[in-house]
Amino acid sequence: MAKEQVEFELVSPEKLLLSQSVDMVVVPGEDGDFGVLPRHAPMISTVRPGVIAIYSGKEISERIFVAGGFAEVTTERCTVLAEVAQPVGEIDKAAVQQQLQDAKEDLSDAKDDAARDAARKQIGLSEAMLTAIG
Amino acid sequence: MANLNDLKLRISSVKSTQKITSAMKMVAAAKLRRAQEQAEASRPYAERMERMLGSLAASAGKQPGASPLLAGTGKDDVHLLIVAAADRGLCGGFNSNIVKEARKKAHELIKAGKTVKFYCIGRKSRDQLRREFGPNIVDTIEDVAKPSLSFDKATTVSDTVLRMFDAGEFDVCTIFYAKFKSVIVQIPTAQQLIPFEAEGDADASGLADGGIYDYEPSDEKILSDLLPRNISIQIFKAMLENAASEHGARMSAMDSATRNAGEMIDRLSIQYNRTRQANITNELIEIISAKEAL
Repeated sequence: MAKEQVEFELVSPEKLLLSQSVDMVVVPGEDGDFGVLPRHAPMISTVRPGVIAIYSGKEISERIFVAGGFAEVTTERCTVLAEVAQPVGEIDKAAVQQQLQDAKEDLSDAKDDAARDAARKQIGLSEAMLTAIG
Repeated sequence: MANLNDLKLRISSVKSTQKITSAMKMVAAAKLRRAQEQAEASRPYAERMERMLGSLAASAGKQPGASPLLAGTGKDDVHLLIVAAADRGLCGGFNSNIVKEARKKAHELIKAGKTVKFYCIGRKSRDQLRREFGPNIVDTIEDVAKPSLSFDKATTVSDTVLRMFDAGEFDVCTIFYAKFKSVIVQIPTAQQLIPFEAEGDADASGLADGGIYDYEPSDEKILSDLLPRNISIQIFKAMLENAASEHGARMSAMDSATRNAGEMIDRLSIQYNRTRQANITNELIEIISAKEAL
């Protein structure tokens, strides 16, 4: 019997980023990371900014950073809808630190709630990115 | 021979117009292909979003206290019409058709005693609506397709719309855009964004595909995240459709313009040649009769 696999799809509004069969995928859910193996119970979850880890066998074959979104899991598929997705290896640490710095300045300069919220969101994102690089 | 010279000038001016229209047609064709590819690429996300929303709306939508984005505010006094058209003209009836559709709807609403507000995407929709509904236009966004149509632009629009909705500035939101059917046919379409209307087949496919989902953290929480996101997606989808329609419309408009210019050149050339011949004949007659008189 062929080994069962999960059809993993990563979709952004602009295009289908990734579609492949994988052994396991770990998704950063709102309430904590969850792993998806074949025959997982169907569920829908929100995704927090973090790293999606794709496993082939017991090894992590790919790590992709997503800036939040949604995950839909069925028995044979796992679909992640993300607005921003980037392989961890391609993140430029200096640029992210610069972004974080800028966002912190924006926060202290912010005059209304909308600008403050936007700055906070950016800080959260940049910090999550930095954690992902480790 | 002023007449002959005039004709010559006309011909050369029509020729250069023809060059421009045929170049515009080529550009539109290239842009159309890109727009279609982009629309194609964005489809998976929208499809999956719809599937999720369908199953969520079916399970959470019926509960009391559902999000006003789904259930509506309970009133329909103020309508926001988002009118998405192009920034440029020279694309046949494309802009006018969309605006006509929106205007028709606006008149119906006003007749029914509702208040109408406009949010314009694209310079042309604002220009055409300003004459009649100037004070009702709340905002305009231009140059959405520069340098390229991105999801960020759609998010900008949806953020504004949602902020207005949260502030209670309108109850119902509808977007007008042209659905791309073919290069020749674009259908002006109205789609209701708020409150959300599930498309007929959305929840059927959700059910066929694995039945009941577990929701994490909870269906209401996901729904309240998903609904605003869905609005950006729908706006993005409308923008993409619109971009394809615009280039399609421009392509066929420029194609017929090029053809018309060609016909005109033919006609003018015949006229030019006839006049020239008539002039020569005249001169010959003059010479011959002068000779005979001697």
